[in-house]
Amino acid sequence: MSATTRFLPLAVLLLFVGAVAWRLAVPRDDRVASKLEGQPVPLFALPAALPAKPGLASSDLARGQPRLVNIFASWCVPCIAEAPMLIELKRQGVPIDAIAIRDRPEAIAAFLTAHGDPFDRIGADRDSRVQIALGSSGVPETFVVDGAGIIRAQHIGPITVADVALLRRAWEAAR
Amino acid sequence: MIAEAGLAALWLGAALAALQLGLALGLGGAGDRQLGAVRAVAVGQGALSLIAFAALVALFVRTDLSVLLVAENSHADKPWLYKFAGTWGNHEGSMLLWVTVLALAGAVVALFERRLEERTLGMSLAAQAALSLGFFAFLLAASNPFERFDPAPLAGRGLNPLLQDPGLAFHPPTLYLGYVGLSVAFSLAVGALVTREVGPALARAMRPWVLAAWILLTLGITAGSYWAYYELGWGGWWFWDPVENASLMPWLAATALLHSLNVLASRGGLRAWTMMLALIAFSMSMAGTFLVRSGILTSVHAFAVDPARGTFILVLLTLYIGAALTLFALRIATVREGAPFEIVSREGALVANNLLLSVILGIVFFGTLYPLIAEAVTGEKLSVGPPYFDAVASPLALGLGALMLIGPQLRWRRDSLPIFPRLAPGLVVALAVLVATILLAPTIGLLPRLGLAIGAGLVPASLMPLIGRSLRRTPLATWGMCVAHLGLAVAILGMASDSAFTREKLASAVPGERLEVGPWLVEFRSVVPLAGPNWTALEAELRASRGGGATVLKPQSRFFTEPPTTTNEAAIETDWNGQLYAVLGAQDAETGRWLVRLWWKPFVTLIWLGGMLIALGGTLALIGRAWRARATRRRFEEAEW
Repeated sequence: MSATTRFLPLAVLLLFVGAVAWRLAVPRDDRVASKLEGQPVPLFALPAALPAKPGLASSDLARGQPRLVNIFASWCVPCIAEAPMLIELKRQGVPIDAIAIRDRPEAIAAFLTAHGDPFDRIGADRDSRVQIALGSSGVPETFVVDGAGIIRAQHIGPITVADVALLRRAWEAAR
Repeated sequence: MIAEAGLAALWLGAALAALQLGLALGLGGAGDRQLGAVRAVAVGQGALSLIAFAALVALFVRTDLSVLLVAENSHADKPWLYKFAGTWGNHEGSMLLWVTVLALAGAVVALFERRLEERTLGMSLAAQAALSLGFFAFLLAASNPFERFDPAPLAGRGLNPLLQDPGLAFHPPTLYLGYVGLSVAFSLAVGALVTREVGPALARAMRPWVLAAWILLTLGITAGSYWAYYELGWGGWWFWDPVENASLMPWLAATALLHSLNVLASRGGLRAWTMMLALIAFSMSMAGTFLVRSGILTSVHAFAVDPARGTFILVLLTLYIGAALTLFALRIATVREGAPFEIVSREGALVANNLLLSVILGIVFFGTLYPLIAEAVTGEKLSVGPPYFDAVASPLALGLGALMLIGPQLRWRRDSLPIFPRLAPGLVVALAVLVATILLAPTIGLLPRLGLAIGAGLVPASLMPLIGRSLRRTPLATWGMCVAHLGLAVAILGMASDSAFTREKLASAVPGERLEVGPWLVEFRSVVPLAGPNWTALEAELRASRGGGATVLKPQSRFFTEPPTTTNEAAIETDWNGQLYAVLGAQDAETGRWLVRLWWKPFVTLIWLGGMLIALGGTLALIGRAWRARATRRRFEEAEW
């Protein structure tokens, strides 16, 4: 048996240990990065969802300042759960716009009265067209858009307490 | 009190393992007396670990919720059997079971092994002590099963409902006994490499352990496969899940080892190769357990994910496997090779068998690790699943089957007699079935078709070694080989038939509707709610008939409250020629229709029947060998007298 074959099993062991040690050192990240990250926001212009607030267009998202865009609906229960987190982000100085999905003005108004209103602008997306163009598959979702209108992050599902810091960091990184 | 006693036994066991290691290493070339001391310490270590394990079982059966492990994994309302099985349905308990089996195996070797040269035995007991010492340290430092919990909760958290199944009570311990049984082969190989005493005597000492471990692995894998088949409700019997692979790899290595041990025991050949396999088999067991226990690979079996524990076991297994393989690399060149043989001979066929098994092992090993390596190197996330494993492993497995048509008919050393008459029955049947499937079932795939042909040919071929002998005087070990090979033939037939002829029906139905699958007509009659000891369920009533007579299937969708989970309890109707498999899915809220899934699987039961036959063959061989060893010893003692 030649020297190389004699040591081959050891080499395989080292490969195994290397791969596994790497996994122990770098914890698994099951998050699949959104394909939209780095892409510009698709062109859209949504009418105002409430008479008192302006609507939302893609041009509003490219004015030099990074913003969050929250996709929500008054009929969405997880949106209630994340409402306090959005209020907290707003309190920390993060500007937030929103797109209301398949909703009615009076229902939106009632939702915002009950759970707080952190939004600067709210666009009404009555047939989910803009939601689909944005690559969002459900409510709630939150996008981080930088000052040039480029999507920097996509958060799927309700914002939890732990996500607040993550979103804030993503927003700061977009500046 | 019980918990503290268990913990004390664990500490004492660890101390004895350290003592055994020191004594056995210090033994050098010394005499009988010191080896006697090592034997006694090994037995003490085994007894203490058994006491610790019994203490944990007692805590689980009494549901002592002041113990953290019990509170987290058991529940006062759980049926008795699952309280008992809950002992090893968690990380700490299963590691304790692992150490217990390891220490007990060492004790049995110390008590009963008399044939081996003393220095080799001493070194093997040192290796076994080193193994158990590491795992004792792991338990005591990072996975104490006896930790108290204050204040004690009222009910406990419960056991994963998927695991609340009679199969679970026996599946993990069976596999563990198999995994750890291979540790003896590992230790004996290490001992023999240290003393350079690799030869037939070592092979004969190793063989019963490998055989026993292999039987248990076969049973454990067969049971696990059947459990996944009926409990998960996916209608499949093998998923190439990392944990399934973790049990398959030691089995493949043990199968190869079992065959090469025969060459070493009866012909003195294949020394280096056999030692390599002995080290690999247990290494695969350790790596498999590690992958399962650390949560490194995503799997349905993933339990607690804890990097600290993962690091501990990784360091342990790197030390053990690394040291053993280094010893192998340094020593193997100085081990004498055995008798030469020609290619067309029993040895030649066994070498081919070993190569094919090792290639399959390598394929499964790299397929299982590939996602990890790929992500480490390129950062890309991917998974390797059935398309890869099926495509690469099945042709090789069929090659192995084809080899089995020939190998067992060959003689040792060289075969010069006309061999065709011995090969004819298997080859003729295989060809006939191949032609028949082409004519009768032209649409089935190539692999299932070859599987049917080879499986059918193997039925007569595996029985050929019995032909022309006096059946009563044929050694039991030969019977064992024939039965095990027949079992593999039966299993291959089942797998091929399942993949060639299965019919599936997925329907969204309302009660009163009729569904057709294969030859069956199934009437969906009703869905009724039902309550069990710790679950509630919706149960469908399906009336299935083909031709005359009807049978009722009642698949359930079960809801467990502790922890809240839903499981699908498939209903299976077993007939002589296959199984009708029914699963009740969710109800569509808008239309009120139920998702019903039906499969007709011709001859699928042959897969597990084959597995049982393989294990039975192993058992016959084990009994036969033990019998013969005893007879030889008695003759030897009488002659001495």
